[in-house]
Amino acid sequence: MIASHALLSAQSISLVYRGGVRALENISLELPPGQFVSLVGPSGCGKSSILRLVAGLTAPTAGKLLVAGEPASRARRSAVRLAFVFQDPTLLPWRRVEDNVALPLELAGGARSARIEAARSALELVGLSDFARRFPSQLSGGMRMRASLARALVVQPELLLLDEPFAALDDITRQKLNTELSRLWEQRRWTGVFVTHNIAEAVFLSQRVIVMCARPGRIIADVQVPFEFPRTMELRSRPDFARLCGEVMSLLERGSR
Amino acid sequence: MSEAVRAAARAVLPPAVFLILIVLGWQLAIVVWQLPPYLVPSPRDVWAASQEHAADLGWAIPLTGAAALTGFGLSLVCGTLLGLVFSQFKWVQRSIYPYAIFLQTVPIVAVAPLLILWFGYGFQGVVAVSFILSLFPIITAATSGLTQIDPNLVELFAVHNATRLQELLKLRLPNAVPYIVTGAKISCGLAVIGAIVGEIYAGFQGEHIGLGTLITRANAALDTSYVFAGVLGSTLLSIAIFATVSVLGSTILARWHVAAGRDSTTR
Repeated sequence: MIASHALLSAQSISLVYRGGVRALENISLELPPGQFVSLVGPSGCGKSSILRLVAGLTAPTAGKLLVAGEPASRARRSAVRLAFVFQDPTLLPWRRVEDNVALPLELAGGARSARIEAARSALELVGLSDFARRFPSQLSGGMRMRASLARALVVQPELLLLDEPFAALDDITRQKLNTELSRLWEQRRWTGVFVTHNIAEAVFLSQRVIVMCARPGRIIADVQVPFEFPRTMELRSRPDFARLCGEVMSLLERGSR
Repeated sequence: MSEAVRAAARAVLPPAVFLILIVLGWQLAIVVWQLPPYLVPSPRDVWAASQEHAADLGWAIPLTGAAALTGFGLSLVCGTLLGLVFSQFKWVQRSIYPYAIFLQTVPIVAVAPLLILWFGYGFQGVVAVSFILSLFPIITAATSGLTQIDPNLVELFAVHNATRLQELLKLRLPNAVPYIVTGAKISCGLAVIGAIVGEIYAGFQGEHIGLGTLITRANAALDTSYVFAGVLGSTLLSIAIFATVSVLGSTILARWHVAAGRDSTTR
C-alpha cells in the first residue's frame, strides 16, 4: 500500500556492497510528514546506510526509494529541504561557529548578512548564542554537537536525518540534548529519522521506533510510542517508559538470535 | 613576566652553552693536535676571513638567498597547482603521482649539471636547480591536503548540493593549508641547498658570485678559513629563511585554528 502523502517511501529496497555484502534486504517503510522515527539495531544492521540512501549519497541496488515523491538521488536538489547530522560534529576548524552554521546557506548562495542572521537565530535555538564568534576548537564536545545541530536547523529542514549524533557524548549531556531536540521538534515538526543504538534515546525522542537486525540488515519490528509531548526528564522514570524500552530490547534480542 | 624570562632562558641557554663548548673544543683540538690551518682553521681565523671577505660575503648571501627564494616561491606555486590538478582529476593523479613520489627518492642533485646546461650558467640555471630540488615536498603536501579530507565533510557538502568549485574553495583548499605549511618548511631548506649546488655547477657570470661559487673558488685556492666563512654564511642564510617560513607558517596556522602547534608529533 503506497500512501501518496508519505514524505518518505521505501519499497522493498536492497543494498549490496561491492564484494557481495548484503547491507540491506527488502526494506519497506512509509513516513508521513512530520513524524519522528528512530531506527535502532545492532551495529552492522545497515541503519546508517538507510540514512545515506535517503540523503541520496548512495543508490539502492534494488527497490524504489521516494523522498517527497522524487527519487532520493534527486530529491535533495529540488523536492525537499534536507539536513544531515553526523555522528561527529563535522565542523570546519578554520571557521567561526556562526560561519560553520551558515555554511549550508552560503552553499545555496544566500546573502551574507541574511545567512549570518539565520545562523545567529539557529544558534539561539540550541543555546549557543554566546559562542557564535568562537572557533570549534574552543568549544566542548557537547557544544560542538549543538553547533552541528544548529547548522542542520539553519536550512529549516523538512527532513532531518540524524546519524547517532549523541553517541560520543557523556550520558548527562546526551539526555539534556535529547530533551532539547524533542522540544525543537515540537516547535518545527520536521520529519525526523534518528539512528541510534541507545534504546532509551530512541523511545524518548520518537513517535515510532523501527527495530532492525543485522546480516542482512532488515526490519523486524515497528513499534508505536504513545507518550504525549512535551517529553521531559520525568518521562524517563515512568514505569510505562521502562516497559516500552524493555519491549524494544527483547525484540532486539530476539532478532539477534 | 619572570616566568616568561625563565622559560626563554630555558630555551636559549642550553644551546648557547653547547655552542660555546663546541667553539672552545674546536680551538682546543687545534692547539692539542697541532692541526695546520689549511686543514682546520681556528675560530679566530674564520672570523678574520669573514671580516676580510665581508664585501664578497655581503653580496654572496643575498644573491644565493634571492635564487633560493625564487626557486622556493616557484615550487610553492607550481607544487600547489600540480596538487590541485591531481586532486581534481583522479586519472592524472593515478598516472603521474607515482612518479612524483618515486622522484623524491632519486637524488635530484645528480641532474643539476643538466639543468645548468639547459637553463644557462647564471641566475636562471641556479633557480632551476633550487626549484627542482624544493618542488616535490610541496606537491606531496598539497596533494595530501587536498585529498585527505574527513569523508563526513565531503558528504556534508554533497548533502547541501555544493558545486565542485565550492567544494574546492571552501573545503579542499582550506584543508590543505596546514599541509602546505608543513611542506614549505621542508621545501625552503632544500631550496637553499639547491641554490648552492646550482652555483657550484654554474656560478654567476656577473661581477658578483653566490655562496656556492665562493666556496668552490676559496677551496681551489686552499683558503680553508674562507671556505669555513662561506659555510657559515650558508648556514646563516638557511636558518634565516627557515625561521621566516616557520614564523609565517605558525601565524597562518594560528589563524587557521588547527591544532598543529599543540600536536604532540610536532613538539
